[in-house]
Amino acid sequence: MVFAAGEMAAFARPGNFVAISVGGPNSSMILRRAFAIYRASDRGQYGGTIELVVAPHGQGSKWLTSLDIHDRVNMVGPLGTHFGIPTEPVSALLVGGGYGSAPLFGLAEVLKERGCRVDMVLGASVAGKIYAPLEGKRSVNSLTVTTEDGSAGIKGRVTDVLPSLIEKNQSEIIYSCGPMGMLQAVEEVSQRHQTMHLCAVEESMACGIGICMTCVLPVKDEKGIIKMTRSCIDGPVMDGERVIWGSSRAIPEGTWGAP
Amino acid sequence: MSQEFQAFDFRCKFGSKHFPYPIFTASGCASSGKELSQFFPLSEIGAVVTKSIAVKPRSGRATPRMAETPSGMLNSIGLQGPGIDQFLEDDIPWLMSNNARVIVSISGETVEEYASLARRLRTVQGLSGIEVNISCPNVENRGLVFSCDSVASRAVVESVRRNIGGELPIIVKLSPDVTDIVAIAREVVSAGADGLALINTLLGMAIDIDAMRPKLAGKTGGLSGPAIRPVAVRAVYQVHAAIPNTPILGMGGITSGRDALEFILAGASGVSIGTANFGNPTAPIKVKEELEQLLKERGFSSMSDAIGKAHDR
Repeated sequence: MVFAAGEMAAFARPGNFVAISVGGPNSSMILRRAFAIYRASDRGQYGGTIELVVAPHGQGSKWLTSLDIHDRVNMVGPLGTHFGIPTEPVSALLVGGGYGSAPLFGLAEVLKERGCRVDMVLGASVAGKIYAPLEGKRSVNSLTVTTEDGSAGIKGRVTDVLPSLIEKNQSEIIYSCGPMGMLQAVEEVSQRHQTMHLCAVEESMACGIGICMTCVLPVKDEKGIIKMTRSCIDGPVMDGERVIWGSSRAIPEGTWGAP
Repeated sequence: MSQEFQAFDFRCKFGSKHFPYPIFTASGCASSGKELSQFFPLSEIGAVVTKSIAVKPRSGRATPRMAETPSGMLNSIGLQGPGIDQFLEDDIPWLMSNNARVIVSISGETVEEYASLARRLRTVQGLSGIEVNISCPNVENRGLVFSCDSVASRAVVESVRRNIGGELPIIVKLSPDVTDIVAIAREVVSAGADGLALINTLLGMAIDIDAMRPKLAGKTGGLSGPAIRPVAVRAVYQVHAAIPNTPILGMGGITSGRDALEFILAGASGVSIGTANFGNPTAPIKVKEELEQLLKERGFSSMSDAIGKAHDR
C-alpha cells in the first residue's frame, strides 16, 4: 500500500517503521499497528510517499487493506532505529523471512548506491509466503529462495544456504528481518563465520514510541549489562550479537533488576 | 481590554498545590515524559505523573507483556524501572529543565521501602506531589497489593506522610478490585492522603486458544482502556459521595473531552490520560481542548464549578 506521507518520507531510513491507527473513529482496537517501511520516496506526484507491505491476517490489517484509494489514515513515523550502512563498499548478505522481508529491498538499493555487493536470501514455509517483488530483484547481485516444503527455490531453511553464500561472496555483514526464531538461527551462523549481524526484531508493541514498556527484550548494553530494552526506540534494528535470544516468557539470569 | 484571549479557568488543586490544567498523565503510561514531549510541550498539562519508581532497579516481568482486548488492553510490565537513584539523577532534572510539573509515583514491596522512597523525595526541589501506588496488580505475590487491605494501606500512607513532611501533597492510587473502595478511601485519607487517584487497572487474563495458555508470560495482567471506564466512573462517584472534600484524580479509559467530563461530573478534580497515549500521543492535548469546549457549551466559566455536578441531579 502506498501512502502520501509528506515530509515523513524524507526522514525514513531502511529499518524504520510506522504505527497506524486502525478500525476508524469508533474502533474497539485501541492500539496502533506497526509496519516496517518497505520503501520511502520524498518526491513524486503526491509529494513524499511511504510504501508498506500489509498481509491481511489480523483484524487491524484486514481493516487497513479494505480502505479505498484516497482514504486517510492516522500514521506516526518514521519510528525506531534504522539499518547501519557501512562507509566502505563491503559485501552484504540480506536475509528475510516471509513478509518480514519488506524493508530489505529499500536497504538493498541504499547499499547498491554505496557500491556494496548485495546478495539476498528469502525464506518461508511455502512459496506463497515469499515476498519478492520484481523491482526488488534488480537491486541485488543474487537472490536465493528457500521454502520448507520445496514449493519454490531450495527446499529447506535460510540457514541451510547461508554458510555457502557467506563463503562464496565473502560476506562481511548480514542484515536480517523476519520471525525471531529465524533471526536467532541467523545469529548462530553469523557467530560461526564471524560476520557482523544487524537484525530487525519483532516484538508486539502497544505504543511504538517508547512509553509503554511492552515491546522489550533482553539486550546487552555497551558495558555488557543485560537490560530489558525497548524494541520500538532502541530497535527494531539491533546488533544480533547483543540480543539474548530465546528468552521469551522468562527473564534471563543476570538481567539488570531481575527479581 | 481584549476578551478574546481570556483563558478558560482550568485550575485545580491537590493538597497545597495548584495546577493550571486538570489534565495529567497516568502513571506508567508516559514513562518520564521525554518521549511524549516530542508531541506536545509538557508544560501544557497539569503535571506528568511518572512511571512508579522503586528503591532498586527492576527488570519487570518476562514477555509477552501485552495483549489487546476489546476496547482495552492487558499489561504485565511489572514496574520495570531504573530505581530511585538513577531516576533522581536523570529523569527529574530533565523534567524540571523542560518546565514540566512533576508528580512522582512510588511503589514499594514493604512499608519500609515506601518510607525510604519518601525520604529520598523529601529533599528534591520543585516537585508538585507524590503518587503512592499501592495498587499495582503486576507483582509476583498478589498478597502485596496493599490497597486490597485497609490496615496495610493505612500503614503505607502513614509512613509516607511521616517521611515526606507536611508540604508535599500525597495522592494515593487505589485498586478497583476490592469489595468496598469507599472503606479503603476513607482509611487512606484519615492516614494523611491529600488526594486519591482512581482507578488503577483491573486484574484480568486472556488465553491464546491455539497455544492453549495465557497470552501473557505473567499469566494475569492489568486491564486498561475504555473497557474499564464505567468501573472507574462508578468508583469516582461513590468515593466523591462519601468524602466530597477529598480531591480525586480520575482515570480509566479516558480518550476524549467527553470522557473526561464524565469523571469531573462524577466528582474528579482532575483526570489522567493513560492507555489513550499509546494509540494517540497527543491525547492529553486533545482531551484538554475538547473538555474546554464542552464546559463552555454547558455554561461553566471554570472547571472547578463542574466537579461532582452529577450528584446534584
